Amino acid sequence: MADLKRPIVEARGLTKHYPGVVALDHVDFSLEAGEVHVLFGENGAGKSTLISILAGATAPTSGLVEIAGEPVTVFTVRNARRLGVSAVFQEFSLVPTQTILQNLVLGEEPAIAGFLRRGAGRRRARELFNALERDIDLDRTVSQLSRGEQQLVEIAKAMRGDLRVLILDEPTASLTDRETDVLFGLIARLKARGVGIIYISHRIHEFERVADRVTVLRDGRRLSTVPAAGLSEEELLAMMTGRVMGAIYPKIARTGGPEVLRVEGLRAAGVAGVSFAIRAGEVTGFAGLVGSGKSRIWRTVMGLNRTLGGRVALHGKDMTGARTDEIIAAGLHYLPADRKTEGLVLAASASDNIALGMLGRTRRRGQRAGDVIVEIAKTVALDRSMLRRLVSHLSGGNQQKVLFAKGFGRDYGIYVFDEPTVGVDMGTRAQLYRVIKSLAESGKAVVLISSDLQEAMSLSHRLLIFSAGQISAELEGEEINEAAVLPHFFERRKAVA
Amino acid sequence: MTAETTQVRTPVRAAYAAKLLLMRVGVLPFFLVAALVVFTLASAQFLTAQNIINVARQSVYLVLVSLGQMIVLLTGGFDLAVGTTIALTSVISALIMISVMAVAPGSVALIIAAGCLGAMAVALLIGLINGTGVAVFGVSPFIMTLGVQSVGAGVALFLTGGVPVTGFPHAFGDTFGFGRIFGVPVTVAIAVVAIAVIGVFLYGTRFGRHLYAVGGNVKAAKLSGINTTATLLIAYAASALLASIDGLLLTARVESGEANLGGTIALQSIAACVIGGVSLRGGIGGVEGVVLGAFFIVLIQNGMDLMQIGSYMQMVLLGVLLIVAVIVDQVRYRLLIGAN
Repeated sequence: MADLKRPIVEARGLTKHYPGVVALDHVDFSLEAGEVHVLFGENGAGKSTLISILAGATAPTSGLVEIAGEPVTVFTVRNARRLGVSAVFQEFSLVPTQTILQNLVLGEEPAIAGFLRRGAGRRRARELFNALERDIDLDRTVSQLSRGEQQLVEIAKAMRGDLRVLILDEPTASLTDRETDVLFGLIARLKARGVGIIYISHRIHEFERVADRVTVLRDGRRLSTVPAAGLSEEELLAMMTGRVMGAIYPKIARTGGPEVLRVEGLRAAGVAGVSFAIRAGEVTGFAGLVGSGKSRIWRTVMGLNRTLGGRVALHGKDMTGARTDEIIAAGLHYLPADRKTEGLVLAASASDNIALGMLGRTRRRGQRAGDVIVEIAKTVALDRSMLRRLVSHLSGGNQQKVLFAKGFGRDYGIYVFDEPTVGVDMGTRAQLYRVIKSLAESGKAVVLISSDLQEAMSLSHRLLIFSAGQISAELEGEEINEAAVLPHFFERRKAVA
Repeated sequence: MTAETTQVRTPVRAAYAAKLLLMRVGVLPFFLVAALVVFTLASAQFLTAQNIINVARQSVYLVLVSLGQMIVLLTGGFDLAVGTTIALTSVISALIMISVMAVAPGSVALIIAAGCLGAMAVALLIGLINGTGVAVFGVSPFIMTLGVQSVGAGVALFLTGGVPVTGFPHAFGDTFGFGRIFGVPVTVAIAVVAIAVIGVFLYGTRFGRHLYAVGGNVKAAKLSGINTTATLLIAYAASALLASIDGLLLTARVESGEANLGGTIALQSIAACVIGGVSLRGGIGGVEGVVLGAFFIVLIQNGMDLMQIGSYMQMVLLGVLLIVAVIVDQVRYRLLIGAN
C-alpha cells in the first residue's frame, strides 16, 4: 500500500531544453495518492513535456523526479511502468487488428511452454474490466470500437501492473457525453483505489467534476497550483492573462481591400460548418487550440482534406472541392505547419527548394533563375551563404525562412501561414513578422493560423477563434485582447450537438 | 411501384452482403466463383474429381512456400528470397548427398539425412540474414530480401555452373517425390503436417499472437513488452525453413539439384497470401485462407492449361490477379480499420 501522507509523484525543478526552446523551466509538481491533478495551459505551455518526462518518454535536462519515494534515474517507458506509471495518450497504443482480449493480455499472455492458456487469458482480461466495473464483449476487434471504448481498453491495459499513477492526456477530447460520464465514474473508482491521476484538459467545466488540484502552466513555467474546489472559470482565465507583450510584434497597417475569398458552411472532418470571408490588405487570424479545426479548414480549402459540404469562392469563382494545384494556380499560397514533412525537400539545397516554388512562374526575357532566387532570399532575410547548403543542415529558423521564400516564387493574392513560427528563435520570428507585415501592407490577403495566442492577437486585424470545429467568436481591432479572447478559447460548456 | 422498389433494394442488399463477405474473408470467394464458372464452361475436364485431386497434389509446393510467406507478411514484411532459398536448397542438398555418397555409398538413409539437414541449415542461415537486416538494421524488407535473393541465386549458379546436379540416390526421389504413405502422397502428407503445425503455432501460442501484434502495431507490441526483434528474426527463419522443405520436395520430384527452381514462386506465394486474405500491411490473415489462396492459383493455372493458354499469357494473368487482389486488399483494410 502506498503511504498516503507522502506524494506518489514528487518533481522538483524540472527543466527541459530543446534546441532553441526551453520547454520546461524549473517546474515543481506533486501528486498525492487518490488525487486528480489537472494540468492546464495553452498549447506549448509545457504540459506535454511534463507528462512525457513522468511517463518516461523523455529525460529532463535537469531536475529531480521521485515516484513512490524512489528517485527516477532511468527515463524509459518500461521503467516508468515498473514504477507504476502509465500514460493514456490521445493516440492509443493498441493493436487495431486484434481483439480486446488479445490486446489486454498482449505480451503477458498466460501460457504453458509457449502454448496459450485461453481460459486464463480470458479470466485475466475479465478481471481487469471487472476492476473498472465495466462489461464489454472481449472478442470485438479494437478497430471497430468507438474512441471511448478504445480508451477504456487502454485504461484497463494500464491496470495490468501495479498502477499507481495514471496520466490521461485530453481523455475527453473525442468522447461523447455518455462516454465522458463513464470515464468520470472510472476516475472516481481509480481514486478510491489510491491511484493518483494526472489529467490534462482544456475543458474548464470538467475541472469541478473531477479535479482536486489544478496546476496552471505557461511558457514552460508553473504559474500556480490551486485547489480545484471553489475555483471559478474567471479566476483560472485571470491567471493566464497579464503576460507582458514583447516588442517583436510589428504594427501592421490595414490598407483594406476587396473581399478575395468567401467560405460558406464548409464541412469536412473536424470542421462543422464554417463561414467567413477574407479581404485583401489585412491580416485575418485563426486562433484556437490544436484540434479546434482552424488548420483543417484551410487544408480543406487547399484540397488536402476532403470537402463534405459548403461552398468556397475564390475571387468570386466557385472553387469548392478543387484540387490543390488548381487552388495554387488561382493564387492561394499555403505554408504548411510541418516544414519537415510537408514544406521542404530536406535533402535538397535551400536554393533548389526556393526554385520549387517558382515552377509555373512566367519568366521575363533575360532574367536568370539564380538572380531571382537571390532576390527572394533577400526578401525573407535569408543570408546568401545559406542558399547552397542542404536544408537539412540549416537551423529551424533558416529552414522556416526558406519555406517563406517558396511563397515568393510566384505572384499570389492570398497567403495562408499555418503556424509560421513554430520552433523558431526570437530573432527570426521578428524577421518573419516583418515579411508578413510587408505582404499585408502591399495589398495581399494574409491569413495567420496560430496556436500561439499572443502572436495571433498581436498581428491580426480580425481574429476568428475556433473551438470544436466551429467559429466560437470573431473579434476585430480593439476588441482583440486576452480577456475577450480566452473565454472562447477553451471549451467552457459542451457544444450542443 | 412495389416491383420497382424490390428491384432497387435487392442489388443494395446483395452489395452489402458482398461487402461483409469481403471484410470477413477477402477477395478469394469472388475470384473462386469467377474461375469455376469460366473454366467449367471452357473445359469439360476441369470440374472432374480426378482433375481437382491433381490440382490439390500440385498445389502442395505453393502451399508450403505461401505458409512461410504468410508468416512474414503478418509481421508487415515481405520475403522475396523464397525462390532463392528453394534453388540453394536444391543445389546444396544434391551436392551434399553426392559427396557423402562418395564416402559412404552404402548408407542411403545417412546420405539423405545429411543432404536434407545440410540444406535446411543453409536455408536457416538465409532466413536469419533476412531477419537481421530487417529487424536489427532496419533495412526495408523489400530491399533486404531482394538483395539476398540475388546473392542466393548467384551462389546457386556459381556452385553448379548452371548445370543440374544429378547422381544422388534414387531412394530420395522415390520417397519424397513420388512416394506414398498410407496411400497418401508423401508430399501431401508433409503439407498437411506443415499446415497443422503452423496453425497451432499461429493460433495456439504466445509467439503466434506476437506475430500478429508486431504486424498490427509495432509500437504497441514493443510497449507491451514483446521482443519485436526476436519475433521478426523467427518469422524470416520460419519462412526460409518452409521454403527449404519445398526445395527438397521439388529436388526429389525432378531428381536433380537445379539452380533455376523456384524462379516465379516469390510472386506466386505473395499472390496466394493476398488472395487468401493476408493484408500486405500486416496483422491480418490466417492459415486457411492462404492454403485456399495457393490452391486457387494452381487451380487457375490448371484451368488455363486445359484452355491451352500459353505460359506467357499465364504470367500476364497472374500479375493482373495479384494487382487486383492488392487493390481489393486496400479497400478491405480501409473497411476493417477505418470503420469509425
